[in-house]
Amino acid sequence: MASATPRLLSFLFTPLRLTYPIHAIRTSHRSRTLSFLSFNLRRPNGRLRTVSSFASNGTNGMERMGQKDEERYDVIVVGGGHAGCEAALASARLGARTLLLTLNLDRIAWQPCNPAVGGPAKSQLVHEVDALGGEIGKMADRCYLQKRVLNLSKGPAVRALRAQTDKREYAMEMKKVVESNSNLFIREAMVTEVLIGKNDNIQGVRTFFGMDFFAPSVVLTTGTFMSGKIWVGRASMPAGRAGESASLGLTENLQSLGFETDRLKTGTPARVDCRSVDFSGLEPQYGDEEVSWFSFDPECHIEREQMCCYLTRTTSETHKLIRDNLNETPTYGGWVDAKGPRYCPSIEDKIVRFRDKESHQIFLEPEGRTVPELYVQGFSTGLPERLQLALLRTLPGLENCVMLRPAYAVEYDFLPAYQCSRSLMTKKIEGLFFSGQINGTTGYEEAAAQGIISGINAARHSEGKPVIVLERESSYIGTLIDDLVTKDLREPYRMLTSRSEHRLLLRADNADSRLTPLGREIGLIDDRRWDLYQSKQLRIKEEKERLKNVRVSGGEFAAEVATVSGQPVRDHTTLESILKKPHVQYKLLDKHGFGNENLSKCEKDCVEIDIKYAGFIMRQQSHLQQIVNQEHKRLPEDLDYYSMTTLSHESREKLSKVRPQTIGQASRIGGVSPADITALLIWVESNRRKANQRTQQELLRSGATDNHMAASSPTDSVVQATAI
Amino acid sequence: MALALIRLLPWRQPKPHHLFPFSLNPTKTHFLFHLRHCQASTSSPKTLILTQDERSNGSLSAEREAIVGSGTIAAIVTSLGGGPAAVGIVRLSGPTAVAVAGQVFRPVKRVKEEGGCVAWRPKSHFVEYGYVLDNDGNVIDEVLAVPMLAPRSYTREDVVELQCHGNDVCLHRVLRACLEAGATLADPGEFTLRAFLNGRLDLSQAENIARLISAKSAAAADSALAGIQGGFSSLVKSLRIQCIELLTELEARLDFEDELPPLCFPSLIDKIRVMQHDLQDALDTANYDKLLQSGLQIAIIGRPNVGKSSLLNAWSKSERAIVTEIAGTTRDVVEANVSIHGIPATLLDTAGIRETDDIVEKIGVKRSEAAALAADVIIMAISAVDGWSEEDAKLIEHIMTSQKSANQAMTAPMILVINKDDCKPKDLLISFEEICSGLFKKVVRTCALTGAGISELEKAVLEVRGLEPISSAGRKWTVNQRQFEQLLRTQEAFVRLHTSIEEQLPMDFWTIDLREAALALGQISGDDISEEVLTSIFSKFCIGK
Repeated sequence: MASATPRLLSFLFTPLRLTYPIHAIRTSHRSRTLSFLSFNLRRPNGRLRTVSSFASNGTNGMERMGQKDEERYDVIVVGGGHAGCEAALASARLGARTLLLTLNLDRIAWQPCNPAVGGPAKSQLVHEVDALGGEIGKMADRCYLQKRVLNLSKGPAVRALRAQTDKREYAMEMKKVVESNSNLFIREAMVTEVLIGKNDNIQGVRTFFGMDFFAPSVVLTTGTFMSGKIWVGRASMPAGRAGESASLGLTENLQSLGFETDRLKTGTPARVDCRSVDFSGLEPQYGDEEVSWFSFDPECHIEREQMCCYLTRTTSETHKLIRDNLNETPTYGGWVDAKGPRYCPSIEDKIVRFRDKESHQIFLEPEGRTVPELYVQGFSTGLPERLQLALLRTLPGLENCVMLRPAYAVEYDFLPAYQCSRSLMTKKIEGLFFSGQINGTTGYEEAAAQGIISGINAARHSEGKPVIVLERESSYIGTLIDDLVTKDLREPYRMLTSRSEHRLLLRADNADSRLTPLGREIGLIDDRRWDLYQSKQLRIKEEKERLKNVRVSGGEFAAEVATVSGQPVRDHTTLESILKKPHVQYKLLDKHGFGNENLSKCEKDCVEIDIKYAGFIMRQQSHLQQIVNQEHKRLPEDLDYYSMTTLSHESREKLSKVRPQTIGQASRIGGVSPADITALLIWVESNRRKANQRTQQELLRSGATDNHMAASSPTDSVVQATAI
Repeated sequence: MALALIRLLPWRQPKPHHLFPFSLNPTKTHFLFHLRHCQASTSSPKTLILTQDERSNGSLSAEREAIVGSGTIAAIVTSLGGGPAAVGIVRLSGPTAVAVAGQVFRPVKRVKEEGGCVAWRPKSHFVEYGYVLDNDGNVIDEVLAVPMLAPRSYTREDVVELQCHGNDVCLHRVLRACLEAGATLADPGEFTLRAFLNGRLDLSQAENIARLISAKSAAAADSALAGIQGGFSSLVKSLRIQCIELLTELEARLDFEDELPPLCFPSLIDKIRVMQHDLQDALDTANYDKLLQSGLQIAIIGRPNVGKSSLLNAWSKSERAIVTEIAGTTRDVVEANVSIHGIPATLLDTAGIRETDDIVEKIGVKRSEAAALAADVIIMAISAVDGWSEEDAKLIEHIMTSQKSANQAMTAPMILVINKDDCKPKDLLISFEEICSGLFKKVVRTCALTGAGISELEKAVLEVRGLEPISSAGRKWTVNQRQFEQLLRTQEAFVRLHTSIEEQLPMDFWTIDLREAALALGQISGDDISEEVLTSIFSKFCIGK
């Protein structure tokens, strides 16, 4: 991998280099243009790492390390969870010398809560991360215990894959991957400080034991560890997770740099011993017979034996026990007031808020093939441990259960993500990135999605390359990040399909055709994956062509189509128009020998979706196109909103706080009205023209002194290209 | 060298997309992901941004080019409400201006060539003469169309100006046709705003525009607020709430599949049907407003010599039509204007409809039928002397079939007038009142000679059009253009929703149009639907693992 990457990069960026100057001229101020130009002229070799320059870089670091009590890297990732792993891997795969610092090496990519990956909207995130060249999808495919496709009949955009995973295997497999990358160095450490340079740029981190690690990019993925505190009943202790110490000191350090922090809460249910559970009366939930996959890489598609989940329900006893002891829970007893996620309410929340509901579903999910632990999904609670076993035993099937780990709640510090820009770099400190729960999200998939973006951008930043932003409408990843940095969120954020305005375009099946070209260009998709991708797209295209041209008349096939769809089939109908009929699936073509054997199931799905819903897809796309042009208009970073008297006072305040990067983002901030947006547009346009006039005059004046300009701008340009 | 390059390049590109041909993939030169580089800004780096899906086919991207931009706007740009002017102008601006104009405008020469299906391809800055048609293909006005294609126009977008007759009713109907064809109503000052944002106008004007826009949008907001009080507002609000409720039900199932009871589809579909009905009511009210503005067309039809012309004369208190004893006196359509309880109405006296060999009369009969088809109310006159005859039955059947073949969505209500009431014994009347009560909404007896029954007739006309002079509660609000557009978009969304349901498309597709309906209904308040739906889901359902 390491040797392939530089070659790949040089190949990829050749066309880029040629196109940059032109873009820059067309779209930015002329003064900037000049700096971009000179920037490009100056750095053509710098941005293309060759194997030799890369190696020498490494040696330099080693030398320095010997001389002083410090180590130098290109990127430092703090935290080894799902965000941290993706970030570190992406960065290392892009050729950056990356250091991953974590509190406990044995807990890399741990799944502290639900042993599952995917579900509605979350599975789209996983597919997207995979399409960009990330790891989470491969891991889930490799370590699944059970897989099911949800929402099968509700439309292609909301179809979702969910996998129960073996949490130990998952952590071990991920650790292997992380360990096997030669650009990636792992170290146990507790980071207590970030080191800041003169220009408000990050320089590195300092650990509890006094080590300094240096890098121009640092990604913080602290999860629930920053000043983490766990609760069981009234008892609490500082911890990031049960049995793991919290990370102390970093919050105060960040606060002293001017960051705003706030507190969130989440919880996890008890684990019971599966050997003590009587499954005979419980409703089993099996996996799909035909297994689907997260990763687009067929190498990961290895079927394994599936395990079964079970369904039980709360009883009136459960409800009574909780009602009688409500004052023993942190929320209702009133000693914890951090906000928990609406999506994962504790069982007491459910019972209090939905008084009328007599019973709630509880799922029993295995945590692994080699461990007896069962995850009791839907049953997280803040009750003291002495009541928890009694509570579990009110559930049918669990009458004699043995509890292995008690349920607990965890409180932790997060940094409201309006303090980041959409590249996930903080606005205050250049080169400092935040990802995962530190940004106020919940879920492994959300963490991984942010991780890969911050990893990519951290690596690019350390190389002096422009950072990458996924627009909201391009992907769930883009939607997630846009929501995080735009809306001032104060509760844990979970991805949901309803958060995306144009979800029909953001499906699992087209995640690769949306993002893999970008992954390729960034340098995370190797030649093998790229070839696979291209041949897949080609097959899909050819098949659509074929269906358009092949016509059928009468016969058994037409008769069955007519019965299935309830519509008559005319003679000489194309297969395409047959596939458009209601309830007709590609399978039916296969059944009658009109299918294409060269296509995989998922390719057939792609063809079917493209044809069947072409009208809707096209309409959504043209909708999008209408808003995109205005939405993507950039807003200067240094706008003085308070001086803009045409804005309402409320929006002046909000805009100053969030500092949106585009008009679209500005319009999504609560309290900013359409009239404010118009005022902003006018302001930006008149500023553009003023600047335009100025640069024109300057150009006229300095026409003779070309050399002078070219020599003076590089210093500017480095800052501009890196600061976001 | 670099500087020379800068000077050569146009400063502002209308489309900041750059296709990025991928050398690895020579077969696909239309490679899809755009590298977007930030527009002018002070300190932003270049960012790579992706917005494309490689699988969307090539033809789509060609079509996309046409839709770039932020929608097409339309408005009456000449002053309204003043004295009648000779000419009024409806202006369209935006990427689809030509397409929208092409839908409503028929150049005269094209009509002759019978080439209505060919897209209108105007030559920039060449005036064309033609007609503006409404949805049903009826002529609204004769106009001059002035196409000014981008960038040689005021807004630097494609602009089409339709120069109509300077009558408010005319202008509004033309504007409405444009809105129905897909344009959106321009905000106050939006043409100027676009002109400015697209690089027209002097910089010094920027501040003035800003002030103008903010003042005007404040005023618009005020008036919008005023508009949404009362009947209209409560209707829109309740429709919107219902949309959100339905979305809540659907979205909850999509995001939390295994935690919720299955959806009851029949009741859902019922709800949608009721909403569609309410919406139709509201749009009918909008049409009521249209009626108020343009007036009622009342066609009087019947066999020859039943007293149609006398009726017209009696009603309009004039000697507008020639009345003789000879059957077939009226050869052409005769108009007279009356006011029915304040509502302007045009009475159309028509030639008696019968089989005839007389060429002139034949044409008259044809015109009678045409008048009947276009009318808002049809008055079928018979003579009390003859009673309900075979010919009457045939005539009415004929009218009905031609209405159907004209494919009119709404047939005009019909009133049966039994004229010459003074000349007939009453006993016969009852029987044919029964016969034809299904066809006619009202039966009125008149005597054109004495004027008896005319006021009853007027009342009947108002009643069948739903224009009761006594205002029934909550039904008397008026719908302005913006609200009309709002309702129109909502209705379009509902029609599509209906097809989705009928074609048994998966649930997710229902949400697309429900969302659009909710958006259209919420336009005044501009709320964030996603957040609202989520909040609603969490308050309504017990969700969470």
